[in-house]
Amino acid sequence: MSEEGATVEVAVVVNGTPRTVAVEPRKLLVQLLRDDLGLTGTHIGCDTSQCGACTVHVDGQAVKSCAVLAVQVDGSAVTTIEGIGSEGALHPLQDAFWTNHGLQCGFCTPGMIMCAADLLARDPDPDEPTVRHAIEGNVCRCTGYHNIVRSVMAAAAAMRDAEAGTSQPTATAQPSAS
Amino acid sequence: MTLAANPLDTLGQPLKRKEDPRFITGTGRYLDDITLPGMTHLVVLRSPYAHARIRSINTSVAKTMPGVVAVYTGADTAEVNPLPCAWAAGGVENHLDTPRILTPDVARWTGDAVAAVVAETRAQAVDAAAAIDVDYEPLPVVVNAEEALKPGAPQLHENAPSNIEAQWSCGDAAGTAQAIGSAEVVVRQRIVNQRLIPNPMETRGSIGSFDAGTGEYTVWMTSQAPHVMRLLITAFVLGIPEHKMRCISPDVGGGFGSKIFLYHDMPLVAWISKQLGRPVKFVETRSENYQATTHGRDHITDIEVAGSRDGVITGLRVKTIANMGAYLSTIAPGIPTTLYGRLLSGAYRFPNIFCEVTNVYTNTAMVDAYRGAGRPEATYVVERAIDLFADEIGMDPAEVRRRNFIPPDAFPYDPKVLTGPTGLTLKYDSGNYAPALDRALEMAGYADQATAKAEAASRGKLLGFGLSSYIEICGVAPSKWIGLPGEGWGAGLWESANIRVHLTGKVVVTTGSQNHGQGHETTMAQIVGARLGIPVEDVLVEHSDTSGTPFGYGTYGSRSGAVGGIAAYNAAEKVRDKAKRLAAHMLEANPEDMEYDDGTAFVRGSPDRAKTIAEIALAASVGYDLPAGMEPFLDETAYYDPPNCTYPFGTHVAMVEVDRETGHVDLVRYIGVDDVGKKINPLVVDGQLHGGIAQGVGQALWEGAVYDDSGQLLSGTMMDYALPRASRLPSFELDETVTPSPVNPLGIKGAGEAGTIGSAAAVVNAVVDALSDFGIRHIDMPLTDQTVWRAMRVAEAGGAGGDVRGAAEGRA
Ligand code: FES
Ligand code: FES
Repeated sequence: MSEEGATVEVAVVVNGTPRTVAVEPRKLLVQLLRDDLGLTGTHIGCDTSQCGACTVHVDGQAVKSCAVLAVQVDGSAVTTIEGIGSEGALHPLQDAFWTNHGLQCGFCTPGMIMCAADLLARDPDPDEPTVRHAIEGNVCRCTGYHNIVRSVMAAAAAMRDAEAGTSQPTATAQPSAS
Repeated sequence: MTLAANPLDTLGQPLKRKEDPRFITGTGRYLDDITLPGMTHLVVLRSPYAHARIRSINTSVAKTMPGVVAVYTGADTAEVNPLPCAWAAGGVENHLDTPRILTPDVARWTGDAVAAVVAETRAQAVDAAAAIDVDYEPLPVVVNAEEALKPGAPQLHENAPSNIEAQWSCGDAAGTAQAIGSAEVVVRQRIVNQRLIPNPMETRGSIGSFDAGTGEYTVWMTSQAPHVMRLLITAFVLGIPEHKMRCISPDVGGGFGSKIFLYHDMPLVAWISKQLGRPVKFVETRSENYQATTHGRDHITDIEVAGSRDGVITGLRVKTIANMGAYLSTIAPGIPTTLYGRLLSGAYRFPNIFCEVTNVYTNTAMVDAYRGAGRPEATYVVERAIDLFADEIGMDPAEVRRRNFIPPDAFPYDPKVLTGPTGLTLKYDSGNYAPALDRALEMAGYADQATAKAEAASRGKLLGFGLSSYIEICGVAPSKWIGLPGEGWGAGLWESANIRVHLTGKVVVTTGSQNHGQGHETTMAQIVGARLGIPVEDVLVEHSDTSGTPFGYGTYGSRSGAVGGIAAYNAAEKVRDKAKRLAAHMLEANPEDMEYDDGTAFVRGSPDRAKTIAEIALAASVGYDLPAGMEPFLDETAYYDPPNCTYPFGTHVAMVEVDRETGHVDLVRYIGVDDVGKKINPLVVDGQLHGGIAQGVGQALWEGAVYDDSGQLLSGTMMDYALPRASRLPSFELDETVTPSPVNPLGIKGAGEAGTIGSAAAVVNAVVDALSDFGIRHIDMPLTDQTVWRAMRVAEAGGAGGDVRGAAEGRA
């Protein structure tokens, strides 16, 4: 149990915006994001760091934000699902998840996308086993992973195409119902 | 991808989902994302003992802890009624025992709620809960349902002698005994269907808020059935008028059955919010979800299958002990009875079936519906029985299936066991089972399996093929069949929809169904949009709020398409009718001569005499010039009670490689040929199938909720409960046949549970096939490396081939 009332100041850049927050030393990064900054796109799916629903990027690397203390990100840059794209300016992964039905209830989706973004930053052309291995720390109970894997592969292809300047960074076109 | 010639006719099109933009951008709004002004936080203290008398509870220290607002125990909530059980097993005596919102005297499982702590922050409430001192007197514990039936076993409830909740049967006892007695071949096997934890990725939670000014409650909940929850909380638990409460399910992160039910926290947060005059939020931790939210399955079954050496099965007798847990969850008694026994004919023309089920209380978490709910257990029995029988007579299991299939000309087919206490007979609606089997075998290369097996053997692997030709009962259910006089369900099971076409021609659909991942916001819009000829983007589907949606029973039992979707279809028909009548008035035509197509009402034979739906909606909305007796506005509601369930089917083939040395099972290919009738949106349907398959594979290979003899949950965290992960699954290979259902005008059958129902048996059959050289004929799930390794070593040492018990993976 922490000493009641004792707080520590944390200075962190979140989705490009500098923030300073006073936190209890025991506070987790995921709680800082959700409770103090209102960034509820980062989810909590477990209490043993098994599910990956809380995945965010700290200084460009995917981490499970339930396994990081808020005080540990002092001086760091954190990116959450809210920071990688938005409606109208979707990240290729967001677009690919939508196009390929890579989500059902959507609860695992932000963590999945953040995890996959980390993979694609390291390996722009992963094969299917590589994708499956990369996301094995993220649990999805709805999709059986089939369409998540398709989504990540499609996003990788779209990002490679965009990099090569051959086309827009969008996944295969499908009729939109939105 | 082919697009329909008419872009408005989106039925059957793989549209991207309308609900997705908020989920992919992190702007969905799940229960724990909601913060109300002045909100407090509830943490529940749960019994560490599986069975114990509570001698005393000392909350004095906890009450003085920082931030603590209130602490409650069972003594404080003694006036509050127990939770209701809404489904007693039909036609037999039931001994109903249900939980209290806080248990007052005896804890009966390790999740039983003993005290409630409310504080300014969740962390403060956790700290204070740890400071509550409870004096427990431990009582004897029983966790295994078969043990609980034995003389001298610990008794859980006074009104349930021998811990028996109900004894139920279906089918023909005498005929089946006769068939077994006179058969050429009889195969007997004990089959355990292990206990599972549903694991929606969002845990459960609830928020209560009481408005002293209006005397009204609002309860947010992670529920698959908010209308039903309102009814149960108000009328049955708290004793307040139903209309004084509003229940809202915000975005819900999966349910798989576990979020259908009423849990103690839902009335508790409402009750506390009134006590305190402040809102209060409860959200489970994952470990708490494992402990205290319902589990699924947990059957011990003895089967006898009888037939002749030419492959014809003449009788199936099934005796099942179903573990209900410590109390009855909301619809628990109906799962191992109606939803299990009545499916035991599977896809086959078994002339004699008899099923006896004993529902038993134990000191474990409550067991209720989990994806498929009774039907996967039944399918597992039937599909294992077929393979055991095929093995005994030395016939290809595919051929045994083919010889016993209900032939296509026998539909509608009466499997006898679907006829309940009222004598009301339901029949399988439509089916043609052999083509799905043939296609699945072709995709798997089944005819040339010897070559594939030899190739695998050259790598030290044992290749096995496993089949499962499942059927499912979807679109539950005709109210008079399933209701109190029949199967014992304490209500109806119709569904509702309302359509309002606004002045601008934009449409709002409200439904009593509840979306928690299935895509209602898209598929309902496709149905309504296609029928009214309005673009899908102009149709908004609202759901899951008792204020503003018509009463409905919610989403489960693969019913949102085949029941909820048809309610939407019927409401659209009413709108079309009214639109035609109004257009006739506007065109000075005879209403009898009007047609409606592509968003236009026109005079038959003169398509230029027409009014668009936007023109009609405007005329209806302003109401300046309506036909005599017509009310203004295009606003129609439909309540649809299905005349029958629907019966999707298919054949799945699992191909596994077993490592001879380690017992490791690798699922190398998974093929599914499903017939779910027509599809509203194939993208969504395939997604349902994928997820269902993964859950069935998880049961077959890895998952299991394990209690030790003292009632401690050993698989108590996500570290100890082995969920399917991406790296251990292949991509699934799906194809389809399409046999439209004659039950409803869309010809749809439902797909939410099909994958789970078919897959566990396919995988187990494949592993047993791979191990055929060892003479192993059955292994109980989950087929972990250790379990399979042990089975091979026991067989090599000359042990019996049957009855190897599975051990869930996380428990090394
Ligand atoms: S919440 Fe599950 S890994 Fe962080
Ligand atoms: S979409 Fe529901 S958990 Fe992944």
